[in-house]
Amino acid sequence: MSNSPIFRVEDFGVSFSQYKKGTERTELHVITNLDIELYSGKILAVVGSSGSGKSLLAHAIMGILPYNATVYGNMYYEGKLINKEDIIKLRGQTISLIPQSVNYLDPLLKVGKQVETSLRFSGKSKEEKKKLVIEVFEKYGLKPEVYDYYPHQLSGGMARRVLLSTATLANSKIIIADEPTPGLDEASLEEVLTDFRRITDEGAAVLMITHDINAAKKIADNIAIFYAGSTLEVAKIEEMSGDGSKLRHPYTKALLAAMPDNEFKPIPGVQPMPGDLRDGCLFYERCPICTDICKTDRPSLQTLREGKVRCHHAT
Amino acid sequence: MIKTKRLGVREKAIISAIFFSLIVVLIMIAGRLIPIESIMTDLTNINQAPSADHLFGTDWVGRDMLLRTLKGLNLSIWVGLLCSLTSSLIAVVLGIIGPIFGGVVDEAVAWLVDLVMSIPHTILVILISIAFGGGFKGIVIGVAATHWTSLTRVIRAETIQTMESEYVKTAYKFGKSKITVCITHLLPHVIPQLVVGTILVFPHAIIHEASVTFLGFGLPPHEPAIGVILAESMKYLTSGQWWLAFFPGLTLIALSLVVSQLGNSLQRIFDPATAYKI
Amino acid sequence: MLNSKSAVSYASKKLLRLVILYLAVMILTFTLVQMSPIDPVTAYVGTSTKVGAEQRALIAEKWGLNEPPLTRFFSWFTNMIQGDWGESFIYRRPVMDVIGQKFGSSVALMVVAWFLSGIIGFALGILAGVKKGKLADKLITGYCHILISTPTFWLGILVIIVFCVNLGWFPVGLSVPIGTLASEVSIMDKISHMILPALTLSVVGIASICLHTREKTIEIMESDYVLFAHARGESNYSIIRKHLLRNVSLPAITVQFLSFSELFGGAVFVEQVFSYPGLGNAAVLAGLRGDMPLLMGITLISVLFVFVGNAIADILYFVIDPRIREGAHEK
Repeated sequence: MSNSPIFRVEDFGVSFSQYKKGTERTELHVITNLDIELYSGKILAVVGSSGSGKSLLAHAIMGILPYNATVYGNMYYEGKLINKEDIIKLRGQTISLIPQSVNYLDPLLKVGKQVETSLRFSGKSKEEKKKLVIEVFEKYGLKPEVYDYYPHQLSGGMARRVLLSTATLANSKIIIADEPTPGLDEASLEEVLTDFRRITDEGAAVLMITHDINAAKKIADNIAIFYAGSTLEVAKIEEMSGDGSKLRHPYTKALLAAMPDNEFKPIPGVQPMPGDLRDGCLFYERCPICTDICKTDRPSLQTLREGKVRCHHAT
Repeated sequence: MIKTKRLGVREKAIISAIFFSLIVVLIMIAGRLIPIESIMTDLTNINQAPSADHLFGTDWVGRDMLLRTLKGLNLSIWVGLLCSLTSSLIAVVLGIIGPIFGGVVDEAVAWLVDLVMSIPHTILVILISIAFGGGFKGIVIGVAATHWTSLTRVIRAETIQTMESEYVKTAYKFGKSKITVCITHLLPHVIPQLVVGTILVFPHAIIHEASVTFLGFGLPPHEPAIGVILAESMKYLTSGQWWLAFFPGLTLIALSLVVSQLGNSLQRIFDPATAYKI
Repeated sequence: MLNSKSAVSYASKKLLRLVILYLAVMILTFTLVQMSPIDPVTAYVGTSTKVGAEQRALIAEKWGLNEPPLTRFFSWFTNMIQGDWGESFIYRRPVMDVIGQKFGSSVALMVVAWFLSGIIGFALGILAGVKKGKLADKLITGYCHILISTPTFWLGILVIIVFCVNLGWFPVGLSVPIGTLASEVSIMDKISHMILPALTLSVVGIASICLHTREKTIEIMESDYVLFAHARGESNYSIIRKHLLRNVSLPAITVQFLSFSELFGGAVFVEQVFSYPGLGNAAVLAGLRGDMPLLMGITLISVLFVFVGNAIADILYFVIDPRIREGAHEK
């Protein structure tokens, strides 16, 4: 396993322009100063509560945001700076998106045919393609009949596995999974997570965007804490356990303490709304160790104990 | 916050709304100012092609077609207003009482909409016009009775949505009567839709009125209506007097376009979704 | 696969609805005609003084005009469902015969216009939707909005001015040359007299199908599954061919079948302007001359025509869309 990241996102941001009131217009910054590194064979879970702008992250990386969105920042693939055109070439083959739900499949086209799209550059015959699709389906515990299903006939768990098949068939090196867990029962959840772990062990780098810390803890190697459109901390998954003494950011520590297995102690206050353009730290109102500098200066992401943290007072 | 000078959807909408209402008002003033007597027969000037003196030409008794057209448009506007106001009144009443009383009433409204939609409008307007003895009354009732259906659907949907909101449910819990809820909570909500809907029905109404008048079921031949002018022009087509039909029809289309643009502009101003469209 | 039992119950429910609606149309038509101040006896005998008051009273008696409205409705209704639609005053022939004769010409006109407007409107709608906000879109939607505001008959007048009077390519007026016997009318004559009315009617029909297809196209191009297709690196061409055409065809065809009402309405004007001897022309004549049996007959036929369109649209959805098919299945 190499030590340099296969895919890196640096100082990434997304903003939307919109009307605020009447004809007054404003630029809404949804993601700011985001940094992410993906390694082959590793899962990075980006965890954030709803409203933190995390679902836009996947679409921003794939270059499929609506036209009133602006994307800033740099992306590197295998250490090389890439632009929008490069992403367009890479997407669907090298980089695959696993979207949230069955709505991302064409309702009038058979599931198997849609998965087969991943093989369109393979030069294989129709029969061979169908055989490959059914093989992958079987690998993920889907019956061969699923090939002839229409999307509305799929259950939540089946839909996730069908979507995962598209990435498997394309032999993608980088997989971005947008909320792979909601709406699944316990059994399907376990299976889907196992499938994700398997595709990672086969060499893919996975970015898993989720609000579910427990799911992340089950399969991820590293965890990035996403808050109000930015990463506050990147930690090893082992550090997200026990009393959290190895964690670096007060928010992560509070998050850990708020989990049912621990003290189940909620954090007071709410996350800032998107578009909050303060100069200071995004977390300062809710922070127990906040000082004056936190209210005026935005801390930058610094490396600490093999992890990363965005805090003036991180120890 | 970044502010830009570029005109967005809303600014453009406001500008065009003002511009288009001005045009309508101007036609109405012009139509008012022209006394019917000024459109005189002038036998020395019959069948003149359009020229600087007579922009729209003259007819077979020498009347100026521009003046006749303006007078006709003025009449169209009044008939159109009457029709669209009547049909939006029907729409708002049916669109609100359906959901409020629910059950059989609501089904009856939906059914009535289906009934009117199932008969080709032209045929239905002819039937209604005949039933009411033709003329002004017949055409206004006929056009109004065939143009309320889509607006009723819009208002019904809007009402159902509002009724599911928490504040309407709370109002009911406080023991407010259906009529109070209707006036204080539902009506204000449908007003933007109603205004836009009424304006958007108007172009259809004037076109329909002119069409049915053209067929001979609408305004009587002595009225200075566009439909009458166009029906008369049919007799002179083969002798080459194209201007008799061309300009009156074109200005009617222009008027109807102007009013639909006005409606679309207002819709864009009211629509919260334009917050995200620049 | 199609579950035949659910299909039957679905179809019978739809059919029952149509039958009830049709009954209501009959009641409404009858009521409106009864309300009219036109005296059927005068309409029948004309205003000539040759027919005396006694004879008029006899005719009124024979037609049951002195009976109460409800009785008259029921006798009219029983006659109608037995196929006796009364006699046309103008043509002095049974209404059924007149309609039977005119229906063919009207349908020929409408079918040509329907296909032309459907194909052109669909293509323009897709182009506009895919190029949303671009010049092509603005031109196409602008053109459609002008068309919507254009009275059909005025367009017909323009066509006559240009093609018949100025260019002289086509004769003005009747569907067959005057003085020719019906048996001598060649198929070429019929076609050459149908070209202009059919073109006019199809131009009018383009707007609604085009705007609808454009809306659907935009909706589909912004859908999650097209977004995903982009994310999978599918080209625009492949997205249009694979996802857009498949998903936009069904709603477009449906709208086209639901447009029978506008089609018939448009045909009335086109037939009037071009003196084309179809149902629309007959309806106007019947209305102007107080030929109520014929007008009622044409109204009921036109509604039947509209219903057929609606039914086809329903059936298409049921047969083609896997979601609706399954939905009916489960119920």
